[in-house]
Amino acid sequence: MLKILKYTFADLIRSRWSYVYLAFYLILGFVLLFLNNDLSKAVITLMNIIVVLTPMIGTIFGIMYFYSAREFTELLLAQPLKRSTIFIGQYLGIALSLSFSLLVGLGIPFLAYGVARSSEIWDFGLLLGVGAFLTFIFVALSVNIALRNENRVKGFGYAILLWLFMAVIYDGLFMISLVMFDDYPLDKFSLVVSVLNPVDLSRILILLKLDISALLGYTGALFQNFFGNGWGMFTSLSMLFLWSLLPVKLLVRTARRKDF
Amino acid sequence: MRLRNLAILYFLILPFFVRASPVATIRVCKDCEVRTITQGLEAASAHDTVLIEKGTYEGVALEIRKPVTLMGKEGAILDGKSQSYILRILSDSVNVSGLTLINAGRSYTRDYAAIYLSRVKHFSIINNVIRDPFFGILIEKSHKGIISGNLVTSNRIREDDSGNGVHAWHCSGLTIRNNELSGLRDGIYLEFVEQSSIEDNNSHNNIRYGLHFMFSNHDKYLRNIFRENGAGVAVMFSKFIEMKENRFVQNWGTASYGLLLKEIYDAEVEGNTFHENTIGIFIEGSTRINYTGNHLERNGWAIKVSGGCYLNIFSANNFLSNSFDVSYNTKMNDNRFEGNYWSGYSGYDIDKDGVGDVPYRPVKLFSYIVNKTPENIILLRSLFVDIINFSEKVSPVFTPDDLIDNTPAMKRLDYDQNR
Repeated sequence: MLKILKYTFADLIRSRWSYVYLAFYLILGFVLLFLNNDLSKAVITLMNIIVVLTPMIGTIFGIMYFYSAREFTELLLAQPLKRSTIFIGQYLGIALSLSFSLLVGLGIPFLAYGVARSSEIWDFGLLLGVGAFLTFIFVALSVNIALRNENRVKGFGYAILLWLFMAVIYDGLFMISLVMFDDYPLDKFSLVVSVLNPVDLSRILILLKLDISALLGYTGALFQNFFGNGWGMFTSLSMLFLWSLLPVKLLVRTARRKDF
Repeated sequence: MRLRNLAILYFLILPFFVRASPVATIRVCKDCEVRTITQGLEAASAHDTVLIEKGTYEGVALEIRKPVTLMGKEGAILDGKSQSYILRILSDSVNVSGLTLINAGRSYTRDYAAIYLSRVKHFSIINNVIRDPFFGILIEKSHKGIISGNLVTSNRIREDDSGNGVHAWHCSGLTIRNNELSGLRDGIYLEFVEQSSIEDNNSHNNIRYGLHFMFSNHDKYLRNIFRENGAGVAVMFSKFIEMKENRFVQNWGTASYGLLLKEIYDAEVEGNTFHENTIGIFIEGSTRINYTGNHLERNGWAIKVSGGCYLNIFSANNFLSNSFDVSYNTKMNDNRFEGNYWSGYSGYDIDKDGVGDVPYRPVKLFSYIVNKTPENIILLRSLFVDIINFSEKVSPVFTPDDLIDNTPAMKRLDYDQNR
């Protein structure tokens, strides 16, 4: 498995798109810091970008790579290797190379501007951690879609739809249900709903760490209470773990049964 | 010849003695004839000066019942021994200056203050330092006085065991100027205070309000700085107030705001700066107020309007990078927005007259929704919110129709930011 991981990683690390992605984050980081020179404000702007962009890139990249590496996969399948080894290896290769681009691309400019010595280091670390988590989750989901759909156009369609649902439509439904059930106590409900979606969960985890959390008022205080104590933090982290593990499990199952 | 010289000298010097003789200066020091302030005050007659030399003196409820001037030299300290008041001023025309007052009493039943004035006129409290008092300067039913250049600091944590820096009740004609107040409950608290002016004070890091204003009409407060107070500045139940060129900075917290206006009529809010407050201006039940030339930057809500606000005019203000520019909780609008600069404005100006050709709608759909169901705030900064805000901007359906700025400025209005 490690060998396959290594090959996939090496293959991706050499590909043009990885460099483009890395360069994008590098430029973004430097431009952000150059424009306002304020680490905490840069972290806020970055949050917006990471929460929306890493799932998208993860989804598209995952599915693209998986479709294009199909011949290689078939070659590997002809070897005496376990299927789970092959697919987990490939999945980890993609996810790791994307996370690597993210960490290096944003890490360098922020380190250069002295994030290590500022109080923002924890927020920034959380931001990168959340970004990496989102990458893993969405790559796993997209590989699942790729495995289940031979038709590439259809696969792409589903992948984009998945991202759209998680990043946009889910919030829309959330908002509508909040407005509809206005007369009921909604705090527990909103807590549960936002923990279930990894994109929302990441956004709120970061928001609560920033100054802007004061805007959240009563609801924010409730969330702060939940995420502030050990149990809440444990729940949210295990939720992120669950979100990254379950698709992988599903992936292994699908791969085992699939007829290539 | 010598005799004549002497005579001239005599007549030259005489007027000084004549003028000086009724006003004596009584020195108080550790090795003087007068060793305590009580003795000094006893020895003084009306309009004398009691000059306190360097040293620490006991000052437990010292009563001043004559019009005297109490003047401290550098290093003159009055120690209240944590018992009750330090100075009780009960006579007209008393001046207190240059003193350092420490260890005033603290009580849950009495309003102990470092300097307490009751039913007096024409007083002045100048350049004193008051450390860790319960109330700093407490003024009751007094008129025409100056409180200037004082430093009142404390480091209390709880609201219920702290007092106010300058507390005035049923007063008129006060001038409160150049004071620095911090770590208290309210920096300045005014109740039933008329015709007074509060200028150039710096009120910061107080537990509750930087300035708290109740039932006080015809007052003005100018050029003050209110920074990092628990809940900002509250102005309530007052008429005819001028608020000009103040700075409200970093009053940040879930229940905090720069300026709260509640039941205010006929006021002018002009040229103030609101920077990084959770809510810049929070308005409730306030009518006929003109907001002109204010600078609102990086606040959570720049202006939050609750019910019962009529005939308010917001003109020529700068709204820069606020999370929400204006928030309304009703569909009815009787207030006007004109000629403001909005950093979120994306219209154009074809005839180049500096006024945007497309009206600006300061209330975003998301802020409308949040007002209806506050739980929705949890979707703050979600991509979905940006999308619905955009679509509402393109074709407004939910936000009040008449809540628009028809003449938005194209360029940021230029006000001096360093004042």
